[in-house]
Amino acid sequence: MSEPVLKMRRIGKTHGKGAQRVDALVDVNLDVAAGEFVAITGRSGSGKTTLLNIAGALDEPTTGNVSVVGHDLGDLSNKELARTRRVAVGYVFQQFNLLPALTAAENISLPLELDGMTTAEARELAEVALSEVGLDGMGDRYPDQLSGGEQQRVAIARGLVGPRSLLLADEPTGALDEATGESVLKLLRERCEAGASALMVTHEPAFAAWADRVVRLRDGQIEEISVRSFATSNADLF
Amino acid sequence: MGIKEGLLALLADGPRHGYQLKVDLETATADAIPVNVGQVYSTLQRLERDGLVSKGGVDDEGRDVYEITAPGGDVLRDWLNSPVDLAAAGRDEISMKVLIAIFTGGLDPKAVIEGQRTATMGLLQDLTRFRAEEEDADVAWHLHLDRLIYSAEAELKWLDRVEERVR
Ligand SMILES: Nc1ncnc2c1ncn2[C@@H]1O[C@H](COP(=O)(O)OP(=O)(O)OP(=O)(O)O)[C@@H](O)[C@H]1O
Ligand SMILES: [Mg+2]
Repeated sequence: MSEPVLKMRRIGKTHGKGAQRVDALVDVNLDVAAGEFVAITGRSGSGKTTLLNIAGALDEPTTGNVSVVGHDLGDLSNKELARTRRVAVGYVFQQFNLLPALTAAENISLPLELDGMTTAEARELAEVALSEVGLDGMGDRYPDQLSGGEQQRVAIARGLVGPRSLLLADEPTGALDEATGESVLKLLRERCEAGASALMVTHEPAFAAWADRVVRLRDGQIEEISVRSFATSNADLF
Repeated sequence: MGIKEGLLALLADGPRHGYQLKVDLETATADAIPVNVGQVYSTLQRLERDGLVSKGGVDDEGRDVYEITAPGGDVLRDWLNSPVDLAAAGRDEISMKVLIAIFTGGLDPKAVIEGQRTATMGLLQDLTRFRAEEEDADVAWHLHLDRLIYSAEAELKWLDRVEERVR
């Protein structure tokens, strides 16, 4: 088996100091293989966002090692880190994090332009990404002209646009109804079938069930729940 | 549902012979309720004895064709109009196992919960994939899968709740 796209070893993370100290992650080991889709469940405050932020190089672990597409994040310079974060990793934020002064399409295309793509190319990819999340023709709206679920889908489009190896999605269906949420899950699956890897946080069992592997965080520790590779045949179910 | 009500509903839709009833019952319920011909005939005999259906002649191939009677129509309407008692349906094996494990000292409820969670999540993953693959399957089959998916989901949520309460 080839090197995992995401490899987390003995990750510990402590937020705050003294009386405010929180051990958000305790000795977490997690691998995500190429093409694999992993779902993380767990109660509010169990450390899911902390884990995703560390996987996406948005935060540093207190202890332990993370490697993404074969690079140990601890060994990278700030510049290399920023590049890995933008190019290899697609991140869908729990709070969307859309820039209010940019249109939906610009929110998606700007990061691509920063990586050297022409405005025209980036804009074209943004339009494709918007249509994948069911927002055809909404590219020129500003975030405050979109519903909550539409804003979330712009955030998803931004996270999934371009050739990403590792997709990190924090509760990407939180503002979506069941049918729209399902279409987002289909999109993530398609990306994994095309070779990307995904790590998604969700508290909905029905959405977690789209993953090949479901794990759970409890008080900062990880538990395996269930492994069912989507790729294997399942003819004997009925 | 017993197959009794299913047969009455099909006969209210039009007269049928025994084998046709078996086939239609399975089609309508997406094979959710497997029945054998023997069951269909013995149920028809009981329904006829109770005056809920009657023989309405034979078809071209000499098979008895059944019809629903007026009292049969009443029984069917009562059944359709009374909601299923979910409180009774919820007393299933999983609740039994988990609740007994909590109540009795010697068993480890956490292990029971974890084992069940793994099994049910696996089932939910299988069902989800199955439904995604069978995009073009017929409506009855999809609705049946949806039903199983929602049950599995509810069970997982319930297991989380139980775990919070016993931790
Ligand atoms: N920057 C921070 N400073 C201090 N404590 C923090 C910080 N970020 C997170 N925490 C704490 O760490 C723990 C884990 O937080 P985290 O955001 O990872 O939870 P989560 O599983 O994503 O929860 P939710 O489902 O509510 O989003 C919580 O107790 C939280 O209060
Ligand atoms: Mg979170």
